[in-house]
Amino acid sequence: MADLLTVTDAGLYCAQGDFYIDPWRRVPRAIITHAHADHARSGCGRYLCAAPGTLVLRSRVGNASPIDSLRHGETLSINGVQVSLHPAGHVLGSAQVRLSHGGTTWVVTGDYKLEADPTCAPFEPVECDVFVTESTFGLPVYRWQDPGTIAAEINAWWRANRDAGRTSVLLAYALGKAQRLAAAVDPSIGPIIGHGAVMKMVEAYRASGVRLPPIDRVPPRARKMGGGRALVIAPPSVAGSRWLGIFGETSVAMASGWMTLRGVRRRRGFDKGFVVSDHADFPGLLTAIAASRARRVLVTHGFTDTLARLLQERGVDASVLPTRFTGEAAPDAAVAGDDDIGDGDQADTREPPEPDELPEEQA
Amino acid sequence: MKPFTDLYWRLDATTGTNEKVDALREYFAAAPPEDAACAIEVLSGGRQLRAVSTALLREWAAEAAGIPLWLVEECYAHVGDLAETLALVLPHAGADAAAEGVGMGLAECMRTTIVELRAADDEQKRATVEHVWQRLAPRERIVWHKLLTGGCRVGVSRTLVARALAEVAGVDPAVMAHRLMGQPRADAESYRSLMTSEPTEADARRPYPFFLASAIECEPSDLGSVTDWIAEWKWDGMRAQLVRRGADATLWSRGEELVNESFPEIVTAAAMIPAGTVLDGELLAVRDDALLGFAAVSKRSGRRRVPKKLLEEVPCVFVAYDLLEVDGIDIRGLPLAERRTRLESIVPLPFTPGAGPVAADGATVIETAAVTSRLLHSPRVIGDSWECLATARATSRDRGVEGLMLKRRSSPYGVGRVRGDWWKWKIEPLEIDAVLLYAQAGHGRRAGLHSDYTLGVWHEGRLVPVAKAYSGLADTEIVELDRIVRATTLERHGPVRVVQPTQVLQLAFEGISRSTRHKSGVAVRFPRIVRWRREKTPPEAGTLADLMRLIEMSSVDAAADREAVP
Repeated sequence: MADLLTVTDAGLYCAQGDFYIDPWRRVPRAIITHAHADHARSGCGRYLCAAPGTLVLRSRVGNASPIDSLRHGETLSINGVQVSLHPAGHVLGSAQVRLSHGGTTWVVTGDYKLEADPTCAPFEPVECDVFVTESTFGLPVYRWQDPGTIAAEINAWWRANRDAGRTSVLLAYALGKAQRLAAAVDPSIGPIIGHGAVMKMVEAYRASGVRLPPIDRVPPRARKMGGGRALVIAPPSVAGSRWLGIFGETSVAMASGWMTLRGVRRRRGFDKGFVVSDHADFPGLLTAIAASRARRVLVTHGFTDTLARLLQERGVDASVLPTRFTGEAAPDAAVAGDDDIGDGDQADTREPPEPDELPEEQA
Repeated sequence: MKPFTDLYWRLDATTGTNEKVDALREYFAAAPPEDAACAIEVLSGGRQLRAVSTALLREWAAEAAGIPLWLVEECYAHVGDLAETLALVLPHAGADAAAEGVGMGLAECMRTTIVELRAADDEQKRATVEHVWQRLAPRERIVWHKLLTGGCRVGVSRTLVARALAEVAGVDPAVMAHRLMGQPRADAESYRSLMTSEPTEADARRPYPFFLASAIECEPSDLGSVTDWIAEWKWDGMRAQLVRRGADATLWSRGEELVNESFPEIVTAAAMIPAGTVLDGELLAVRDDALLGFAAVSKRSGRRRVPKKLLEEVPCVFVAYDLLEVDGIDIRGLPLAERRTRLESIVPLPFTPGAGPVAADGATVIETAAVTSRLLHSPRVIGDSWECLATARATSRDRGVEGLMLKRRSSPYGVGRVRGDWWKWKIEPLEIDAVLLYAQAGHGRRAGLHSDYTLGVWHEGRLVPVAKAYSGLADTEIVELDRIVRATTLERHGPVRVVQPTQVLQLAFEGISRSTRHKSGVAVRFPRIVRWRREKTPPEAGTLADLMRLIEMSSVDAAADREAVP
């Protein structure tokens, strides 16, 4: 029987249901796993996403197209294909897409993580026949520490900077990680300030009912801010920019899974690197794959060949699904600065893709 | 062990000189002498031996991590550092065991878990390695792995180590730098004598810290009046100090290794100069009055015992250009002009290969003499204007030298690389536009980025590889080129990617010669990338015939050719 999903020029396509999942072109009907720019493009005819992510997706794709939503676990039939969305634990509203048709079940994970995150619903294992998994951090060198340990490290860094009169600048992707970090740090240390791109998403999170500590906005044409005590959360693109000048002396840290590697930390020239990712680490990928009880695994977006080979050796029917997301994510993408993945509505806060998010080649 | 690993990561985290010295000073002030001695040896890049082969470590780590060996190799290709790769794939240490650590100082840790391990059988080695793994956090494992495999290099210069130690000991940094020369033993006793304020017995054979020149960054005329400067040829050899004290002579490389055994004829010749003399100069290979170039000298320098045949094929001379000690008295503080005058009286013969008086349009050499001695001085290149010296410099390639050295007449002999008094005014390198053929991920700071390039030129309608180059592009360019490499990969052979020939890079090199060991038939020296020629397409790149023409232009190679044909 035919596969429920195939890769086309426009993206992952379900012929039986005539819809796409996270298409990279404008298509009539798109199911979106989450609102990160390389998964959610504007200009599609109609969107479907998990209910908690509606406002976030709306802020990303604009008002031109209707967005339908499903509660987690609720089923919708699209041209006879049963579609349901299940928490992926990646960012607010991120979902795994479960498709069922003719007795076969597929699950497309989108991006996911297994760690606890107070700003979104936790990953939920969904059993299926075919499991389409990401593999961004699909090498055994990537293993995350407990989120509490990392939060304590960030607090200690912030406190030491504050005591030395330096502003702490924490670089993190504007959607998801910025809010997760804001929720994780200790707001009694000092004020938290958000970059404009971060604040846009903070508002969407708050409007969706996520509790976040008070975060100050940078007013237009601010000359001076933070007073050496604040934690500034900003997208990686601000590194080395004049925008940072208003904070006086700073210590700049990057929060990313790629900070695991000494070479990447050094090359990027940050004062500090915190290993925080919204993607599954290597053990997390294996756990999720096992929990799916799938008889067939399709690996996409990351260390595809490596993970597929390991699974094959362990007796799993695994292969690479060659999507546009496939390839080694480039840890240095934000430095190169030539990746515009189309967040075009506000030029001054243009976010580069987070390194974690970045596929090898962008359309 | 932990204070040392903390030091390692503090040094790793900063590029600031003062912060590095602070970290070093705090470490040495607190470290027991035994550990401090050990740390000095590691920090100054002393020769380290491998206690366990990396092949075994990879195997054991794969088993401990429950993953196949090929996956460890894939991780290594991605991470670019084996010590780090293994540290990251191993299971995390149990909280209790990690808190306990290995529970010993650096010296004891190195002795019991590394040095004594060399003689152990594989089973004992494995037991020790696994024991240590269980007790170290990943960041400590990295440092220990590097020590274990003999590859622990820390980004700190010897000068900085000397500065920090001098501050702790309360002595002059130059004195400390001097004491650090010449392989002191790594034990508590030698550390105490290193840190004493009294002169020590071991001072007798020590060379002085080398004074290093910097590449000139301005027009020479911006250096002021030409009369303030002494010009010499920049020789293409190996820097060395000849220390003649007491009854014997010692020859020291810039790496502070004693190289007496590699250059016995120089040591013998040193008997001719009076005791209490220290010369700074260059070891050069010269035969039949022609310079053989750096590659020839390095054939000699690696040898512990030089076969007679090699002594005949690659005869060497010591060409002195500075005098640091006379009658046992340190004269480094005297002006260069005076040191040189004294040098020329102790070593009267100038080195003038190529026979006959050397005169190049206004530039003449003071004296001439045939190469009859093993011990000569580097003649001054006289020019009464910068233009004259520029004309002399233009003859460098024909002479087989790298250009001119400009040294301030009034300058003392400093320590390390102090800018301002000694400048290298090298000739422009040879260049060709070449096409990117293969790329490989780099290591260290460039781990995971394809930054090691193999470049080729055209020959009979095909591109033939001619050089590997690792440096020269800006970090942002490397990142950009990395993407092109990934996007245009045709084949992968392990870590090496064969790419579609689409990118042209301008390649510079210091020398070029014919080679039977290279498929292309040419070998280039010190290849590096000058710039990315984005405006050029591969068909516009250079050809092998272009390179052959450069060989013909190069007289260094003419000598090498003579050497190759008996």
